[in-house]
Amino acid sequence: MKLQKSTVIALCSVLEAALDPGRQLVSAEIAEKYGVSPHHLAKVLRRLGRAGLLESSRGVGGGYRFCGNAKRATLMDVIDLFEDMMVERSGQREAIYSTDVERAIAQVLGEIAETAKAVFKSITLATMLRLIERQQRNADSRPPARD
Amino acid sequence: MRAQKRSKKPAAAAGAPTGSLPGSSADVVVRPVRARDLDSVIAIDEQITGIGKADYWRERFLRYGGRGRQPCFFLVAECDGEIDGFIIGEVRDWEFGTPPCGWVFGISVRREARLSGIGTRLLDALCSSFRKAGVAKVRTLLVFDDMLVMTFYRSQGMMAAPIITLERNLTETIIE
Ligand SMILES: CC(C)(COP(=O)(O)OP(=O)(O)OC[C@H]1O[C@@H](n2cnc3c(N)ncnc32)[C@H](O)[C@@H]1OP(=O)(O)O)[C@@H](O)C(=O)NCCC(=O)NCCS
Repeated sequence: MKLQKSTVIALCSVLEAALDPGRQLVSAEIAEKYGVSPHHLAKVLRRLGRAGLLESSRGVGGGYRFCGNAKRATLMDVIDLFEDMMVERSGQREAIYSTDVERAIAQVLGEIAETAKAVFKSITLATMLRLIERQQRNADSRPPARD
Repeated sequence: MRAQKRSKKPAAAAGAPTGSLPGSSADVVVRPVRARDLDSVIAIDEQITGIGKADYWRERFLRYGGRGRQPCFFLVAECDGEIDGFIIGEVRDWEFGTPPCGWVFGISVRREARLSGIGTRLLDALCSSFRKAGVAKVRTLLVFDDMLVMTFYRSQGMMAAPIITLERNLTETIIE
């Protein structure tokens, strides 16, 4: 399953900010870390700001800070801002697609989308932060890669 | 959806990261079910499902509360003499062709006692029983749009297993 670039950047930015809610997120740092253009990132951050997940502060040392509720906001809350993950019901498929072949394909894709939505809805940002911590611990306990 | 919170777990320190692990619900004791707990178990289940199933729970008690062939576990969380929740699980060998693992069949915490770490305590206790029984994995099966239970299990670090449930309408004609 592939998400749009803006969605992935949004998820990375929100999680970076939520990892340390006291810290200002400097957009240039995020742009460099995730290899994304500052212009594209700025648009994404503004959208997250409007959704009440990040708040911006201007001036020297300004940036973005996490201001959402990590225990309640889910991955779906972020993804919904950038993707249309609408799943057509069988009645709607009849109206949208004119051939049986398209309807059969749409049915399978719908199954995948339903599952993906349920997963995104059930994972809170707090759960993601724990997953990130676990990744960090695993990385720390791994022997260093040899050149 | 958030139920009223009892102060069983220490409040998070100011400025603590919101993703920190839940603290322990200190006054709660998790122990194997006893016959006299059954009425509370039945009442908690009825509060959640809206259906009273006394016979079903008595049968579960005989099966999971007693000593079956496989390690079966039926645990309750008790606080100040009151049963706040319960969990049922079992180690199953080669279920769906996979190596022995612990299965959680059900967890319920009464509404008034939720969000104070009791669900976490119950699952932790069941997982240590599973570990003692010699298995290294815990699994459960749930309806995928049951967001409350799904969010709870996710918060406990549970991820998708390499198993999928499939179904078919038996009333439908399948072309051979
Ligand atoms: C799921 C259930 C067992 C959780 O019990 P609980 O004692 O409230 O769980 P905990 O307090 O240990 O919560 C642990 C984590 O789960 C998640 N969680 C639990 N309830 C939540 C809710 N209402 N909204 C969002 N997240 C929730 C949170 O991440 C929570 O951690 P936090 O308190 O740090 O935010 C309880 O809600 C319940 O019994 N629900 C009904 C279950 C049911 O339908 N059973 C029958 C079929 S199995």
